[in-house]
Amino acid sequence: MARRPSPLYLPRTSGLSLSRRSVLRGLAIGGGLAAVPGLAACGERGESSDDSSSGGGTTTSLGSNFSDEVPKAALAASIAAFTESEGIDVDVNTVEHEQFQEQITRYLGSGPDDVWSWFAGYRMRYFAAQGFAGDLTGLWSDTLDDQYTDAFKQASTGDDGNQYFVPFYNYPWAVFYRKSLFEEKGYDIPTTLDDFEALCKEMESDGLQPLAFADQEGWPAMGTFDAINFRQNGYDFHVALMAGEESWDSDEVKGVFETWRDRIMPYQTPVDEALGLDWLDVAPEFVQKKAGMFYLGMFVGQAFTKEEDREDLDFFPFPEITPEYGQDTIDAPIDGFAMAADPDDQETAEKLLAWFGSAAGQEAYLAEDPNNVAANSDADTSNYNNLQKKAVELIGSVDNITQFLDRDTDPSFASTVMISSIQDFLKAPDDIDSICASIQEQAAAIFDS
Amino acid sequence: MATTTSAPARPERRRRLRRLTRADKIVLAVFIGVPTFLHVFLIWVPTVGSVVLSFSSWDGISPLDQLEWVASQNYEQIFTIYPDFWPAVRNNVIWLVFFLIVPTTIALLLAYLLDKNLTGTRFYQSAIFVPVVLSAALVGFIWELIYKDETGLLNNVIRSTVNSDFHRQWLAESGNLYAVLIAASWRHIGYVMILFLAGLKSVDPAQREAAALDGANEWQIFRHVIFPALAPVNVVVLVVTVIESLRAFDIVFVINKGRNGLELVSVLIYDNVVGEASRIGYGSALAVILLIITMIAVLPYLYRTFREELPQ
Repeated sequence: MARRPSPLYLPRTSGLSLSRRSVLRGLAIGGGLAAVPGLAACGERGESSDDSSSGGGTTTSLGSNFSDEVPKAALAASIAAFTESEGIDVDVNTVEHEQFQEQITRYLGSGPDDVWSWFAGYRMRYFAAQGFAGDLTGLWSDTLDDQYTDAFKQASTGDDGNQYFVPFYNYPWAVFYRKSLFEEKGYDIPTTLDDFEALCKEMESDGLQPLAFADQEGWPAMGTFDAINFRQNGYDFHVALMAGEESWDSDEVKGVFETWRDRIMPYQTPVDEALGLDWLDVAPEFVQKKAGMFYLGMFVGQAFTKEEDREDLDFFPFPEITPEYGQDTIDAPIDGFAMAADPDDQETAEKLLAWFGSAAGQEAYLAEDPNNVAANSDADTSNYNNLQKKAVELIGSVDNITQFLDRDTDPSFASTVMISSIQDFLKAPDDIDSICASIQEQAAAIFDS
Repeated sequence: MATTTSAPARPERRRRLRRLTRADKIVLAVFIGVPTFLHVFLIWVPTVGSVVLSFSSWDGISPLDQLEWVASQNYEQIFTIYPDFWPAVRNNVIWLVFFLIVPTTIALLLAYLLDKNLTGTRFYQSAIFVPVVLSAALVGFIWELIYKDETGLLNNVIRSTVNSDFHRQWLAESGNLYAVLIAASWRHIGYVMILFLAGLKSVDPAQREAAALDGANEWQIFRHVIFPALAPVNVVVLVVTVIESLRAFDIVFVINKGRNGLELVSVLIYDNVVGEASRIGYGSALAVILLIITMIAVLPYLYRTFREELPQ
């Protein structure tokens, strides 16, 4: 039942796929939990099949969170192409997506595979700063540099200025709508919040729910917060806030909640309902044209089961709030790969990473999983569907890409503080002052420790 | 033990020990050693470890020799600035009180009726006991289907019988804790019922008959004869219920990850300890608080039991 903001969210039909290693690891982790850190280390060491410690071997290992059926098959296809061209076998160790995420700390602490899948942004920088990710600066300067935009490079760079990450694909968050509905009713695409509100009012008078919204899982509302925040206060403020350098008790943050309360919330699915629905519950309203728009990641396409409906899906970036910042930023979470700090075979590991970073490697993946767009600027986009083409265009046109609230800030802050705080705000939108004060108190406690 | 035995007892003990063969001693050592080892390693070490870690700010990553001690800071923060903490404690208390009253009473009533050997008793017994076999997570899932607004069983029944415009998000609107408690009780009733039933079977029918001959009515028999005879079972039920209430976790976690009105201390522990960049020190402090609450509830019972069992 758990539905996470997986960038590659797909209905989980196949579920768990556990190799012997992941079962061992799961046992070690489950048994140890907090109090016996020593136990976690037992299951892992000395399992690598590769004898050569320096490099140049013929196998490498990959810790993968591509556990859903479609991504898993797509990744396998990309790896098969790699093995064919390089003659290097990849020992793939797949762990269920969410489990991988929750156990990442112990996984990295107990000797990870040579290459491991992860997310860009703070989530990567955090582990890089702890010394858990191998330095890939050489790989970047040798091959990747001229194939990526600055935004991608920046998202792969650690606090010390070195690169620790290879981007694989990403997908944008935007306001999704159905073209046929907009044509039928004669709606225009809004670019400013005023236009957006006017459009919402029009939709209301047409008997539509203007903006579909669901927040049972806690994370979808973070998307709305992000969008209002970087439109209203700008990208730099967003970054500083996420890093704990700006106060959550500031007028800027309060302003975000006020804008949300006064100008967005009235058009969203009522909070009483939204808090009891996850995005797949509310998506049918959007598919059936009872709701006009849906602010979500591109994975919303998965709710469209009929091909012609899918073709009808389109999006526009979140409207401008402060003219100075225009629409210069979007949330477009990047997924990719990092290397172990101490890989058994660095040379083969870097070859695999170079493959994942290459246009060919990403094309091989996207051929099987067209719900994302390639991170590499040189990737062939001619086979993309309309939505993918538009996503590429949008991602290429903005100045700043953010990774989503729970990827841009301390993960424990996002999960233990922000989810419940935003839900508290939704339930009591007039309590902004006390909610912000409480967030700040907790943020101070987390970021200072 | 050995130090307190008086002089005459000594040779006695020696002789007894000598009577044990080598094999006996090995068997004894294994039978005592293995459980002791498991007990110490799986229970005492983690418990003491949690208590120790609760005074640190360990994040699960940094080497343990650089552990930063923060004294009681975790506890202070939990009590003062953690907005989910007090609601979680309140919910746990509500859960406990509700569980002690509602499912227990219903279970006792059902057990009492079933004990009368009605026709089909075995069928009813099995039917009521079935939910106990299901994991709490599955129970949560089943009731989620019942409570859904548009597609849920409950609302559709209400809409087709009482009020065709009825809409309610049972699991999201305020009061959702009680909706969950009903779901949890559905499972708990079966469990407690079986305990009571076993207890009732062991009540000597002669007592009942004697009371009936003395002219006691049904209620008087129950109140003055059967219920007192159930005392040992009552204690078991009490302890089981307290433990079940305080460790409740899976059902709310399945429903909405234990948020939005369904906060429980166990969920807060999970949120902080499990997950990337874990706040293990903070989570351990929450765990210690839950441990203390549980101890307060269970210790009097343990004290009583052990005092009875200890040789004078």
